[in-house]
Amino acid sequence: MMNLAWVVPLFPLCSFALLLLFGRKWKKASAYVGIAATLLSLLAALGVLAGRLGGTTYEANWTWMEIGDVTLTAGFSVTALNAWMLVVVALVSWLVHIYSQGYMAGDERFSTFYAYLGLFTFAMLGLVLSPNLLQAYIFWELVGLGSFLLIGFYFYKEEAKAAAKKAFIMTRIGDVGFFIGMLLLFWQTKSFDYDDIFRAVGDGTLSPGMTTLTAILIFIGAIGKSGQFPLHTWLPDAMEGPTPVSALIHAATMVAAGVYLVAALFPLYEASEAAMMTVAVIGGVTAIFAATIGLVQTDIKRVLAYSTISQLGYMMLALGSGSYVAAIFHLTTHAFFKALLFLAAGSVIHAVHTQNIEEMGGLWRRMPWTAPLFLVGALSISGVPLFAGFFSKDEILAAAWANGSVELFWLAVAAALLTSFYMFRLFFLVFVGEARHRHDGDAHEAPMSMVGPMVVLGILSVAAGYIQTPWFGSFLGEWLTDGTYHHEAAPGWIAVVATIVSLAGILLAWLMYGKRAVPRDWLSARAPHGYELLRRHYYIDDLYRWTVVALVSFISRLLAYVDRYLVEGLVRLVTGTISAAASAGSRGQNGQAQTYGAVTVAGLAILVVIFALTGGNWL
Amino acid sequence: MTLSAYLALALILFCIGLYGALTKRNTVIVLICIELMLNAVNINFVAFAKYGAHPGVHGHVFALFAIAVAAAEAAVGLAALIAFYRNRKTVQVDEANSLKH
Repeated sequence: MMNLAWVVPLFPLCSFALLLLFGRKWKKASAYVGIAATLLSLLAALGVLAGRLGGTTYEANWTWMEIGDVTLTAGFSVTALNAWMLVVVALVSWLVHIYSQGYMAGDERFSTFYAYLGLFTFAMLGLVLSPNLLQAYIFWELVGLGSFLLIGFYFYKEEAKAAAKKAFIMTRIGDVGFFIGMLLLFWQTKSFDYDDIFRAVGDGTLSPGMTTLTAILIFIGAIGKSGQFPLHTWLPDAMEGPTPVSALIHAATMVAAGVYLVAALFPLYEASEAAMMTVAVIGGVTAIFAATIGLVQTDIKRVLAYSTISQLGYMMLALGSGSYVAAIFHLTTHAFFKALLFLAAGSVIHAVHTQNIEEMGGLWRRMPWTAPLFLVGALSISGVPLFAGFFSKDEILAAAWANGSVELFWLAVAAALLTSFYMFRLFFLVFVGEARHRHDGDAHEAPMSMVGPMVVLGILSVAAGYIQTPWFGSFLGEWLTDGTYHHEAAPGWIAVVATIVSLAGILLAWLMYGKRAVPRDWLSARAPHGYELLRRHYYIDDLYRWTVVALVSFISRLLAYVDRYLVEGLVRLVTGTISAAASAGSRGQNGQAQTYGAVTVAGLAILVVIFALTGGNWL
Repeated sequence: MTLSAYLALALILFCIGLYGALTKRNTVIVLICIELMLNAVNINFVAFAKYGAHPGVHGHVFALFAIAVAAAEAAVGLAALIAFYRNRKTVQVDEANSLKH
């Protein structure tokens, strides 16, 4: 089955092509095409996973082109990591396809939406299967394109248009780093292949300085895609896209691509102390930084977006701490519980037609499916014991502790406290208390097509944790590392601390927003400046607007003037001269024989004068 | 010296004719000017026949021919002009532009 892994991304591509051609005619049936295609992908991915479970790594390469003595290859590989990611991506994509059928019902561009989803899924699966950097880069950009098209899906809204452009440009900034890093690696190792690069790292062909440089440059690409500080500002804005898109792309899969890339190139990072440190610090800082912003946002999707950034920071922290397994584990559990949270949020938005949590409330009874499922997701992300998030977060905390960076460990613990607080702030404001929304009367549970995927994700948000636990063995770890995995016995108190902080966060949220024992503005009234700082996302957007954006727009305006007045001026001079000469010439050609005669005489006279002056010597 | 005087007269006459032929809008005047230019040439012929390097009768004969041809030309020209005038009620050369438009 593994030699057929290349068909996995092919199904969504077919769905994309078919929907592009016939989508307008099929209308509602477009959804079935998309769902069927991703289901086939999922089945194929499961087949590949089964094949990899019983076998070893499979890789197939073909010569793509030869330039001089350099051969570029294209192909696919099935490693433990690949096969795992294929299933996660295909599964979440399939569920989101089903969910969208209900969420997007009645939209004018329903089939276009499914076509774009197909394109995105194809690109993401292709990225995962790539055995070399060049191919990965191509799919990396295609993923960005899919994200751009879907964020800007409601392109008639100014905010959506701006958000799509922002996402594309911000991630492009990171991609430049990735591109330079990739070319440097190619220059040094004469190959884009992951295996060749790792071999070069291993035998010292790649100097330590170069290893650090390329690793950090490629990490910049991952920063852009995974919304890490300081290139994170596009991710909250990307919430302008339809909610299923936020769930699939901006929570579960695409933003995890950065984490995946670092994981796929892990031997390169492991070889460089400085690169690992950079990854860990950026991850840790992002985790706490985004979590603090998440505390005060009032848009349900933005809270989840900042939470995503924070969780991606966790994954980076795990990678930087040397625990590749913990990062992939958290990536998997996060994909499930965050997709669940987003889909549940979409269901809420579908019901109350607002995204402002201040206008929600008391939805628990009105949404008997969504509310408990959201609670499951919130418990999972908060790291409450027995839920998936608990195990993966515990793994990351243990990795950070084992790595010896105490500061990063406590940062991560603090971020865990904030996470459970803002998640339950969200939960209490949206589902508990009295209804504050105008559409109280029409708030209703979502159709089954939307509830079904959420139920599946809800089950996974609990069950996914049990593939790697301290009690039942670390299946995922052993499998990802081909049996060489040895689980360092983490100090037992870490799990206790994690449990305490998550429960403390929940308790605090309950006191403030559930029981209202503590007034809501207790802290914001005491530190109004701090509150404002968080509400405005640390003024990072404003900082960029007044520095980078202002500088670039100044330069572009300057160049526009140069273009308009200098370059266009020169062109106008040339064209003006020619057309003036032409109109002068054409004035002479007026059909009057007398004028022609006069011109002839004038010419003759000039010739005679020249002849007289030179004495005919010039002839 | 005598030859130069004749040639100068012929030159002046020719230039007046040329100027008139190229600038005047009235067709009758243009025809008269063409006659002036032809007569300037005739003066040249006769002057060279009398005072030139090889005096002889050829120049006189040519002058007579030219006068005869000029008479014929004037007849044809005036006939064409009258036909034109009948059609367009004008004798201005710049209005003879039917082919242009």
